[in-house]
Amino acid sequence: MIEAVVINRVEAESKDCLTLHFEWDRPVSPGQFVMVWIPGLDEVPMSISSIGPEKAMTVRRAGEATEALHALSPGDRMGVRGPYGNGFELNGMRTLAVGGGVGMAPLMPLLRTMYADVAIGARSADELLFEEEARRYCDKVETSTDDGSRGMRGNAVQLAERMMDEGDYEQVVACGPEVMLYHLFRACEARGVHCQMSLERYMKCAVGLCGSCMLGKERVCIDGPVFDSARLRALSEFGRSKRDAAGRSVGL
Amino acid sequence: MIDLAVEIGTIRMSNPAMLASGVMDETGEALVRMMEAGAGAVVTKSIGVAAHDGHPNPCLVELPHGYVNAMGLPNPGMDRFAEELRTIMPAPAPVIASVYAADEEGFVAVAAAMEDAGAAGVEMNLSCPHAAGFGMELGTDPARVRSMVEAVASSVSVPVMAKLTPNTADITAIGRAVEDGGGDAVVAINTLRAMCISPEFARPVLSNRYGGLSGPAVRPVGVRAVYDLRRELSIPIVGVGGIETWRDAAEYIMAGASCFQVGSAVGRRGPEVFREITGGLQAFMESHGYAEMKDMEAAAHD
Repeated sequence: MIEAVVINRVEAESKDCLTLHFEWDRPVSPGQFVMVWIPGLDEVPMSISSIGPEKAMTVRRAGEATEALHALSPGDRMGVRGPYGNGFELNGMRTLAVGGGVGMAPLMPLLRTMYADVAIGARSADELLFEEEARRYCDKVETSTDDGSRGMRGNAVQLAERMMDEGDYEQVVACGPEVMLYHLFRACEARGVHCQMSLERYMKCAVGLCGSCMLGKERVCIDGPVFDSARLRALSEFGRSKRDAAGRSVGL
Repeated sequence: MIDLAVEIGTIRMSNPAMLASGVMDETGEALVRMMEAGAGAVVTKSIGVAAHDGHPNPCLVELPHGYVNAMGLPNPGMDRFAEELRTIMPAPAPVIASVYAADEEGFVAVAAAMEDAGAAGVEMNLSCPHAAGFGMELGTDPARVRSMVEAVASSVSVPVMAKLTPNTADITAIGRAVEDGGGDAVVAINTLRAMCISPEFARPVLSNRYGGLSGPAVRPVGVRAVYDLRRELSIPIVGVGGIETWRDAAEYIMAGASCFQVGSAVGRRGPEVFREITGGLQAFMESHGYAEMKDMEAAAHD
């Protein structure tokens, strides 16, 4: 059932991202998501970026629905249902967390819980997300920007490859644009590093019923959104194609 | 040895549990996954002449005993979906194509495209409660139902089933129209027209305002509809509505269904629900002396 939650606090994070903190008394595990209802406009999936007694979601301005979420103020209400999906597994492996753009959001609950090194990528310095907070929990945090305005000049995959070659990681946990994740996955496969990656697809029901979010044989909403290496290898559409609202296969 | 096999005309199923339309059935890989999960046959998403996005979100409300949904007939259109179906042919279980259209001509076009792509049967959607101009709006008028079923049944060689709406005063009049039109089976029931309102936002939750209620909440309505239809019709009945366990399935079979469909339970219980239901049904039949499905069919009638 959709619940009306109250926004407690709005925090600017980067040029195009902000975090909405809200009262919601439900247990959430790292990597899970909710469906957010903006009455009269849309309902969209959003990762949870903070899982304490007060929850949070970090929203990048990318369209009508996220524009409306950016317009919310403390005291305003939004509809929320969930939490949904299988999140990240905490397994004790030596871990490198890799976040591209707003893909850092679902990794934050994990970084507050487990020990990991971190690679954060963005197009430019003003779009880097959660660098300062990651440094509070993690000893080694490196950044990359496409334009070289901060950290290594290059993308998150290049940064992660360098860190993997210098370090001794058993596992990569990651979220970001799918093309980035696909190349990161190839890089991990070549090095024998285990992966857990959070993916996304167009979603309607979010409860494993309608099949709108199929990615190969898997439902992103309930079988995912986090997939490990064994399952990523079997996903026929990973890194290649997705389904539009009508179920047509289209390029990524 | 208990035999769970069922036939609807030329559609031969290894067990009586079909995947209901609208659930995990928009892509070839989803359909194959449901066959591997143990479905005796699968029914596709309702396919129309042209691609359609469906209603904007929210499309679904979760309730303790079911769902209210208004997907709004999203589908890639008959040409793209025919390509999708061809990628899984020959399939390990029969694929029944659910088709929708606004008139006879549209139904015939989609049904023919689906038969050409390998569908073992056609299920006419005469019952969607949340798409203006389609489904239930056509499926509550016996004369129109007869005419549309006649058009499709005379143009394809695979069995033609019609899915009925419970949102009508007398479902048996619609069932009679299907039989008179040459339909090979009726499927009962589609969802019950419904609405959910958010008190905090003072508005209906679904973008379409109206949706259809499914899940265990509707099961007694479905069982009653199948019981009524069995008294009036001689063609087979496919029971659907809230089946989650072998016991629910047995109710429908004893009310007069030859086989049944499972939809909401795929979300509520997971794809494993097919094997749970058929395994339980087999054990029940064994201990109660039913050797095959036919022996149990309509057992609750005098």
